[in-house]
Order: sequence, then C-alpha cells, then structure tokens
Amino acid sequence: MADAAHADHHDHTPGFFSRWFLSTNHKDIGTLYIIFALISALVGIGLSLLMRLELAHPGMQYFADGQMWNVAVTAHGVVMVFYVVMPALIGGFGNWFVPIMIGAPDMAFPRLNNISFWLMVPALALTVASLFVGGAGTGWTLYPPLSDIQYQPSAGVDMALFGLHLAGASSILGAANFITTIFNMRAPGMTLHKMPLFVWSMLVTAFLLLLSVPVLGGAITMLITDRNFGTAFFKPAGGGDPVLFQHLFWFFGHPEVYIMILPAFGIVSHVISTFSRKPVFGYLGMAYAMVAIGVVGFIVWAHHMYQSGISVDTRAYFMFATMVIAVPTGVKIFSWIATMWGGSMKFDTPMLFAIGFIFLFTVGGVTGVVLANASITQILHNTYYVVAHFHYVLSLGAVFGIYCGIYYWLGKMSGYQYPETLGKIHFWLTFVGVNLTFFPMHFLGNQGMPRRYPDYADAHAGWNLVASVGSYISVFSFVFFFYVIFVTFTKRQKAAANPWGEGATTLEWQVSSPPPFHTFEELPRIR
Amino acid sequence: MASTVNTAPGSEPAPLHKHPYHLVDPSPWPMLASFGAGTMLLGIIMFAHYNVHWVLGVGLLATIIVAALWWRDVIRESRTPGMHTPIVQIGMRYGMTLFIASEVMFFVAFFWAYFHFALYPGHVLGTATPSWPPAGIKTFDPFNLPLFNTLLLLLSGCTVTWAHWGVLHNDRKATIQGLAITVALGLLFSCVQAYEYSLAPFAFNGGGIYSSTFFLATGFHGFHVIVGTIFLAVCLVRAIKGHFTPERHFGFEAAAWYWHFVDVVWLFLFVSIYIFGAGEIAHH
Repeated sequence: MADAAHADHHDHTPGFFSRWFLSTNHKDIGTLYIIFALISALVGIGLSLLMRLELAHPGMQYFADGQMWNVAVTAHGVVMVFYVVMPALIGGFGNWFVPIMIGAPDMAFPRLNNISFWLMVPALALTVASLFVGGAGTGWTLYPPLSDIQYQPSAGVDMALFGLHLAGASSILGAANFITTIFNMRAPGMTLHKMPLFVWSMLVTAFLLLLSVPVLGGAITMLITDRNFGTAFFKPAGGGDPVLFQHLFWFFGHPEVYIMILPAFGIVSHVISTFSRKPVFGYLGMAYAMVAIGVVGFIVWAHHMYQSGISVDTRAYFMFATMVIAVPTGVKIFSWIATMWGGSMKFDTPMLFAIGFIFLFTVGGVTGVVLANASITQILHNTYYVVAHFHYVLSLGAVFGIYCGIYYWLGKMSGYQYPETLGKIHFWLTFVGVNLTFFPMHFLGNQGMPRRYPDYADAHAGWNLVASVGSYISVFSFVFFFYVIFVTFTKRQKAAANPWGEGATTLEWQVSSPPPFHTFEELPRIR
Repeated sequence: MASTVNTAPGSEPAPLHKHPYHLVDPSPWPMLASFGAGTMLLGIIMFAHYNVHWVLGVGLLATIIVAALWWRDVIRESRTPGMHTPIVQIGMRYGMTLFIASEVMFFVAFFWAYFHFALYPGHVLGTATPSWPPAGIKTFDPFNLPLFNTLLLLLSGCTVTWAHWGVLHNDRKATIQGLAITVALGLLFSCVQAYEYSLAPFAFNGGGIYSSTFFLATGFHGFHVIVGTIFLAVCLVRAIKGHFTPERHFGFEAAAWYWHFVDVVWLFLFVSIYIFGAGEIAHH
C-alpha cells in the first residue's frame, strides 16, 4: 500500500495477478477494457446474427414468440451501447491515450480507474444472465408500461436494470477521473488550446456522462421501485405517467448517443491529419464544435418523443434545436474534408476506416435531419428507417471509429504492427457487409415496415433477404478481424515508435511501442 | 507502514518522482468492491423475486468492509509524505466537486419526477379534476417536524463551519466539539425523519404518485444524510487523532462540502415538496 521506500522502484512491472486484477496503470486498464469490449462484441454480434437469420425470410423460423424476439433486440442494444462501444472508445482508447497525449504519467485516480473497469464485469454478468431467467423484452429504452411487472414479471428485467446501474456507476466515476486528469495533469505548456482533439473529445464526453448518467440512474431506480416495491411513478393506476419515464430516459439517452460518437470524432481527426500529413483544418473550430454538440445535445431529448402526445409547440422547439446540431456537425465534416484537401494522402487501413466513417456518418447524419422533422416522423417513427439511421451513425460511425482506433494504435499498444493487406481486406469486407445490411433498411422503413417484430409482410421479403446476406458478410468480417489480430500477434512484426511518419505529431508517437510501464517519469515540455 | 521521512509540519517533503503526481500501488479494493456491489444488487433481486435475504446481506457487508479498507488506505497515503502533493490535492478537489455535481444530477431526476406532477397536475392520470396533491391525499404540516429538521440542518451547517474554524486555527478542541455536535445533529435529523415517516398519512407501497415522489425524493436525501454523517464521523475520529493541520485537511473539507450539498438538497425539498406541495394537513 502506502510504501514510500518502495516508490523508488516504481517502474518495475508487477506480477501477473497484481498487474491484471489489481491494476492501477492506465495502459493496462485500457487493455482490459478493449478485451472486455471484444468479448461483449461476440455476444452483441451473435444476437444480431440470430435476428438477421430470423428476418431473412417471412414467417417465424427460429424465435418462439415476440417476447423472445424483444429480449434479443434489447440485449443486442444494451450490450452494444454499454458493453462494447463505451468500454472500447472511452475505457479503452481514452484510458490508453488521454494521459499520454497530455504528457501525464497516469490518470488522476488510478484505483478509481480500476473500479470503473471492474464494475463492468458484474454489470455484463447480470445483463447476460438475465437472458436465462426470462430476459428483458423492453427495448434498450426500457419504456413502461411494457417494462412494468404486470407485462414482464421475470427477474430478467431487474437484472438488466441493475446491470445498467453498475455500468452507470462505472461511467460516472470514469468521467470524474477523465475530467480531473485533463484539467489537472497537463504537462507544462500543454494549454487547453494545444490539447489534441481526441483529448478534447474525451473531455466533452466525460462531461456528458457526468451530467446525464445520474438521471438515467434516477429513472431506472424509479422503474425498479415501480416494479418491485409498490411505487407508481409510471403507473397510471396509481396516478403516474409513463411519459415521465420517456423524458427522464431521453434526457440521458440523447447525450448518450453523443457520448458514443464524440470519441470516434476525436480518433478520426487524428487519423485524417496523420494520413494527410497536415494539421487538422480549423483546430479550434473542431474543438468548440464538439463543445457545442455536447451543450446542445442536452436540450434536444424530446425529439425521440414526437409520438408520445407532447404539444405541437414543444415539438416545434425540439425540431428546431435538433436541426441546430447539424451546424457544428457540419463544421466537423467539412473540416475533415478540408484537412484532406491538398494533403499528401496515404490510404492505410486506419485512413480507410476514417474516410469510411466520414461518408457513412454523413449518411446517418442526413437521415437524422430528416427524422428531426416532427411531421415526417409522424410517418417514419418506429419504422426501419429509424433503425437504418441510428445504425449508420453507431454501427457504421462509432464502430468504424473503434476499428480506426485499433488499426491506428495497435502497433503503439502491443508493439506489433498489423498486416496491412489483411487490414485492408477487413475494411472492404466490413464496408460492403454493413452497407448491404443497413442501406436496404431505409427502403423497408419507407415501405412502412415497423421495428421490433420477428415477422413481416411478404412485400418486405426482398430487401430483408439482402440485409440478412449483408449481415452474414459483416459477421464474417468480424471473424476475419480476429484473424487479423491473430496474425498480428503471431507474426510479431515490430512496430516503430512512430510507424506513420511526420503526419503523426501527438505525444504517443514520441514514446516507444509499446510504451514503458510508466510513461513520462520526467514530464515532457510542450512548446 | 514503511518508515517515512518526517518533515516539519507545514513544509512540503521532497516528491517521490520527478513529477508531482501520485502513482498508486496495485490494490485489491476496486475489484473486490465491484464484486461486492454486484452481489448487493443481485441480492435486491433475490429479495424482491425469490424472497432470499442472505445474498443482499453478504453483498452489503462486503461493500461496506471493502469501502472501509479502501478509505483506510487513502488516509494512510495522505499521511505519507510526498504522496498527496499540492497538485494531487487540487485533483482531489476536482474529483469531489465533480462527484457532487453528479449527485446533483441524480436528485434532478427525482425533482423532475416531482415537478412533472406538482406543476402539471394534468399529468396525474386517472383523476377527473387535476390537483396537487392529488384528491384525497393529506400531507404533513411543513411548519411542524419539517421546519424543525430544516433548522437542525441549518444549525449543523453552522457547527461544521465552527469545526472548520477550529481546524484553520489549530484549535483541536473547537474542531472536535464542532464536529461532534454536527454528527449528533445529523443523527437527530435521521431519527426525526424516521419518526415522521412512521406518522405518514400515505403508504409507500401502493400509495400512489404522491407518496412515490415524496418517499423517493426525501428517502434518497435521508440516505445521503446518513452517508454524510458517516463521513463527518470519520473526520471526527481523525480530528481526535490529530490528523488535520491548518494547511492540510482536505478530508475534512470534502466532508463539509458534502454536508452542505445535503443541506441544500433539503432546502429545495422543504420549499418544493413540504411547502409548495402542501395540501390538506394531516393532524396527529
């Protein structure tokens, strides 16, 4: 514990158990998060494969009933959001690179950092175990009355809810840790306006987490007491109002979608700059665009509730506020394009994923502007158009951000460079697979196919088959990704400190690959 | 504890590294605390669905024990020269401030629920004539026990400042007296609140939307009062042991911040639920 005499030998690496189970090292905890996210991804992708197998043809093939279907939909959403995307982007890359990029030796609260990781383990365990005691067939939005005890009496819903409580506690502690680290531990000369954009993205993300997740905590607490202990917050029979839950949920839920995408924005900014050999175009604009997205993200929540009976004036306001977000988002998209403009571009795998990200996120953003219209949503609400929209920003946005980060930093983190050709094959497999899966969903939505049903009218069969074939390609690409990782760690091609050349300017490229157990025993000075 | 370099009170020891930050040694508490918390939440489910009690007991006990041991380590580190350097202490101020900010947002959820119905009684479903409190609900007299509790907490805010004055002036007797009275006032508040609950003219279980918002908002506040009281009690023990100096006493300050936060939440509860939301008064 508190052992001052021992402190001189701090750079020695602890033994296996101590290093991986009792860790207080930001890089090791980051690695644990990434491994955790990959394991969760197997669950999340497995569920999506089951769903696409079911939807490949009209009629019921593998699922017994709608409840079982809803359980799969819910688990897929919850696992992907809370146990894949957030741990990978925030816990994984955030932990690994925020301290290094600001020239700090570790996070501000290393033990708190470790509990943030370990809380995710019982959280995932509860969520996965809930599948075996009836599951939560509520959708990731958990709306009552469907989530009430009278419709879903099993303990599965409560297990999923408590899993979210644990994941939420993890996020809040992690957020406080990141904000403190970024405000308090920047190396001499590293002013806020010199900070790399990935660090900016994590700063904004951490504030969104800190202020939105506790509201989710309150909402699911009320849901749990409604279910188990006789309160009536959302139960009309006791005077309660289900719409209250929607407000509370989306006050968290909307910032949450930015929580998932902002770190990807940060990563893509670095990659575009590195592989164009140019500094990011409009650095300050890029930083404050993220701040603006974060701030406005808190006042648009009811655009998820156009159909819940809120007044026309309320809808008009939320429509306007939502469309305003397109402005800072546009600033980012155009600045990335301007960064590439006239650059000396190199199309390595991370760059492919970054450019793929920009294209696909733009598609998802544009359909977002369509859905921001309350009048159009009157028709498109709860159709596959919505499913297509949010998968374009998340599965093709956030997940491309994760792949982008993995290929960009794998050499830095592991010391071994990935095989370039296999990486490129992985990109094209993924790109074709996910687009084949999700683009037809726009058509299905326009045809009026509703979400969250295991069956559909025969008229929707054609595009559903295309989407399912696309999902098989996507799953294959994910398996292929594991093969790429396998080859990386068996071929052991040593990574240089900076494998990308002069375009890579942030501090992580100044240290060895992998970096020493404790980086920056002596603080760097930033000019 | 290994031998540590003793320095004159108030002077900063030489840092342990070439940088001023505190690199914490590996620790078993984060993992054990997580498993404890997971067991505790699983225990609530086992209790609610299967009427099994022991899982909750084990989880709660494990969480409390691990929290205590973790806290002990932090206190030891704070007393090891060179670990909690001035910049590390600034980090702790950030950390505590941010933690309280997240707690504020937790209470926002419950105030939101309350105002959703209290400001818009039309949201109370199933009543022909919207009103708050809903028809048939009798409420507490705000100027009886609730006012007494308000004065208790305001007084405790004064006594904790008295203790702070004692710390700053190296007057240990004043610190101990101030903290002891603060802890006593905190305990008294919890007792009064428990007594008030026992008189409630509405039931928690099945009492409808008024009792739901009332009990969860005041109940979570009460839980935070208990946590704050424990925090202050730990500070009292540390004050008796002489841990605090006029220059270094962040553990005390964090407890005081937390206590003021709990106090302010109560003022909002008092004004919005007890006074603004008062209906026909139940007399005992």
